[in-house]
Amino acid sequence: MSAAIEALGLHKSYGDNVVLDGIDLTVAQGTIFALLGPNGAGKTTAVQILSTLITADAGQIRVAGHDLYADPDAVRAAIGVTGQFSAVDGLLTGRENLIMMADLHHLGRRTGRERADRLLEQFDLVEAGGKLAMTYSGGMKRRLDLAMTLVGNPQIIFLDEPTTGLDPRSRHSMWTMIRELVAGGVTVLLTTQYLEEADQLADRIAVLDGGRLVAQGTPEELKRLVPGGHVQLRFTSPEEFARAGQALSTALPDGDALTLQVPNDGSVNALRELLTQIEASALEVSELTVHTPDLDDVFFAVTHSDSKVAS
Amino acid sequence: MSTTSYALADTATMLRRNLRHSLRYPSLAIGAVGMPIIMLLLFGLVFGDTFSAGINGGGFDYLDFLTPGLLLMSIASGTMSPAIGAAVDMTDGIVARFRTMAIYRPAVLTGHVLGNVVLTVISLAFVIGFAVLIGFRPNASVVDWLLAAGLLILVTIALTWFAIALGLISKTAEGASNIVLPISFVLPFLSNTFLPLEAMPSGIRWFAEYQPFTPIIDSLRHLLLGTPASAGSGWLAIAWCVAITIVGYFWAQKSYNKGTAA
Ligand SMILES: Nc1ncnc2c1ncn2[C@@H]1O[C@H](COP(=O)(O)OP(=O)(O)OP(=O)(O)O)[C@@H](O)[C@H]1O
Ligand SMILES: [Mg+2]
Repeated sequence: MSAAIEALGLHKSYGDNVVLDGIDLTVAQGTIFALLGPNGAGKTTAVQILSTLITADAGQIRVAGHDLYADPDAVRAAIGVTGQFSAVDGLLTGRENLIMMADLHHLGRRTGRERADRLLEQFDLVEAGGKLAMTYSGGMKRRLDLAMTLVGNPQIIFLDEPTTGLDPRSRHSMWTMIRELVAGGVTVLLTTQYLEEADQLADRIAVLDGGRLVAQGTPEELKRLVPGGHVQLRFTSPEEFARAGQALSTALPDGDALTLQVPNDGSVNALRELLTQIEASALEVSELTVHTPDLDDVFFAVTHSDSKVAS
Repeated sequence: MSTTSYALADTATMLRRNLRHSLRYPSLAIGAVGMPIIMLLLFGLVFGDTFSAGINGGGFDYLDFLTPGLLLMSIASGTMSPAIGAAVDMTDGIVARFRTMAIYRPAVLTGHVLGNVVLTVISLAFVIGFAVLIGFRPNASVVDWLLAAGLLILVTIALTWFAIALGLISKTAEGASNIVLPISFVLPFLSNTFLPLEAMPSGIRWFAEYQPFTPIIDSLRHLLLGTPASAGSGWLAIAWCVAITIVGYFWAQKSYNKGTAA
């Protein structure tokens, strides 16, 4: 299968600020690729470059089989973009926004209107369709935004944080929509802050940090990058906590919280073994939680933690 | 190229967009009519007799003299709205969306210009109607009227492109409204709108003589009132319009395309 998006050696700086410092990525046709990274990592910048909005300082890019610099209009004809910030015309109604998109895709009056109305229905905006978009709530604008992106039936869709600001129900229906699109052959490159979202949707994930891709792979491959899971045991008394520390020698103690972290892969057998040990030593455990590695662990492990927002 | 063949369709779509905006946010467009009407009342009716008595020893109708220049002032103050519109548009996500679509590139800005031409034609009709109501008596044949209308539209296109180019470099609504002030305010006042060149102090007269509004107003007076125009002022007016249009168009398009894959 050929690649829908191929980028080699992307570089982009704003003044002294090196945002992308040599990014290579390949997105196979008909798959979902998620770009993760802390705030300011350059996710939006990467999407803007790949979607022809801004130019990179260096690098080769092919999108939908076209060289992005040689034939940007061929790329534009194949893609749809929903940026991080709302890209709807506030002084037009939702329906007028969609019809404008249909006109710009030269769908013809009849077809354009039909598609606009179908999208209003699909995105639960029928009632709001006649109101000015500037009166919409954040989530409604977001839905209209995505609907506008879909008017032209793009082969490749860029979604920059598509579910930020959506309520849980809207988020899940957005996920369903994205899966349906991909089932129909569309390729999706999305960025997200929600690791669960990447885990749920993406075939491949790349983590961007400090201008480079610090990790890349399937969700499973990435999870294998971090040390295995553990079971956390909580105790009420310091004496019990100390006794448990002696009984379970592989455990990592946290004296302030009175908790022990026991390495454990979370399988039934491993858990049974642990419970047997606890029973044998007659330990009073007040709480037991099983922790399997998730993308959060990957995220914290591979991105630098010198964040300015540290509490 | 495929996008160029859709130039007309895309430009029409953008024109519709801009006209809708004007309908929903008409305050700026109203300003373009209000200002010349206040001028007509103030200078045409209140001070008119005093002025005409002071110039050339009287005996000419000041309202007739004034109206052609005020038409130009109406066009000039009308350029503020597309300048602000284009500047605000650029900061808005919707234009980022347009730039990632395979649409005819100049369509977005051309839509602003054509939208403003439509609004300006309407406001000029208002101003002319009002002027006639209070005593403006043009003396023009149908051909003269058509030529005058053509010249007014040409001026509108030229000034609007230039104002949009200025709006695009200023990036905010406030910036845009300030940066077009020389067009919308200074040029109309420092021209032969209110006084004939001979009656002006020499410094201002020198400026007024060589700035574009003066030959345009001269030609308009010639067409509408049959007054003698200085030789070649018609061609000079057209040359100014074409030159301003070309500079404004390419400057504006260059700002619009800046930083994106060409
Ligand atoms: N137009 C610009 N001019 C100057 N610097 C910019 C510009 N756009 C982005 N940057 C800088 O580039 C860096 C990356 O920004 P970008 O918006 O791509 O990050 P991001 O990963 O999308 O972040 P977030 O998760 O907050 O959306 C930041 O340091 C930002 O300040
Ligand atoms: Mg971003």
